[in-house]
Amino acid sequence: MEFDSHLPIYMQIMHVIKNRIVSGQLRGGDKLPSVRDLAKEFKVNPNTIQRCYQELERENLVFTQRGLGTFVTEDLEAIKTLKTKMAHELTQNFIEQMKKLGFAPQEIIKIISDRINRRHDDE
Amino acid sequence: MNKIVEIKNLTKKYFTKKALDNLSLEIDAGKIVGILGPNGSGKTTLIKILTGLLRQTEGEVFIDKHKVGVYTKSIVSYLPDRNFLYKWMRIEDAGQLFKDFYPDFDEQKFAELLAFMKLEKNMKIDTLSKGMMEKLNLSLVLARNAKLYILDEPIAGVDPVARDQILDAIINNYHENSSMLITTHLVRDMENILEEVVFLKEGKIVLTGDTETLRAEKGKQIDDIYKEVFASEEE
Repeated sequence: MEFDSHLPIYMQIMHVIKNRIVSGQLRGGDKLPSVRDLAKEFKVNPNTIQRCYQELERENLVFTQRGLGTFVTEDLEAIKTLKTKMAHELTQNFIEQMKKLGFAPQEIIKIISDRINRRHDDE
Repeated sequence: MNKIVEIKNLTKKYFTKKALDNLSLEIDAGKIVGILGPNGSGKTTLIKILTGLLRQTEGEVFIDKHKVGVYTKSIVSYLPDRNFLYKWMRIEDAGQLFKDFYPDFDEQKFAELLAFMKLEKNMKIDTLSKGMMEKLNLSLVLARNAKLYILDEPIAGVDPVARDQILDAIINNYHENSSMLITTHLVRDMENILEEVVFLKEGKIVLTGDTETLRAEKGKQIDDIYKEVFASEEE
């Protein structure tokens, strides 16, 4: 994986794991890969993964059981909240970028709705 | 935290030229530290002092609380930047050599590393490609249960597949009770596995720190910081 040079790597990996949780690739109660395995997957220092798991734990998205490993939270509400939060972030980013390109709110809405409808027809 | 390496005011002079100039550095257990710098910055001199191949002019060096000597040589596993095996050998002979030399050489670990690197123990040394040679040397060095691993340019001149295998082997071998010191020019390929970096210029540390913190502070990857720090050298 190519990392963005502006952000600490542990944050970028946190983001990938959040994506896996929200998309259902990792489900509530699932065991996360061991620190070493994930370090190999991303080719990063094991302590970077350790930090990433600690931060995810602080956000109550994962929990650690001594000797057993790290697991995705079983609190489905928390996952739902995360999903909404990530959607807001993505949308906010998109809107800001579109505004920078000079689009007015109504135009942005039209572009999105046209796009979604076109997708719908394709399927 | 337990310190594996403690270097205090280290100076090494070759006649009047200072290869290391009043350098101080500490490495905690469980850290992978990158020593970054162009040719002639003092990396090799530093490694040679840590491995006991050279003596310092001034200053003190402790590895696992001991001055460099017989004990420290038994707990330091060193990957030189050139080949150190005889051409007539097969891989298994190289393993035997290490077993004879180092009591902490773990044959089981060596066999696992060879399997991981897809090397066969009956292969002859002089038939190995550069990448295979590098993988063999690293397997030998990592198969020791050492406290300090010193890897001098571990991925120099190997193809991307071999490079990934080498990085995986390094991550696999990571242990919280031992440390690794890695020198490299290939900052881009290595920076993500380094927890701390030390920029060495003309025998002095010009910048050092936690890689994630440096990246966040400067808003750049270590490779770009490296280019910035050493740009004047290239001109």
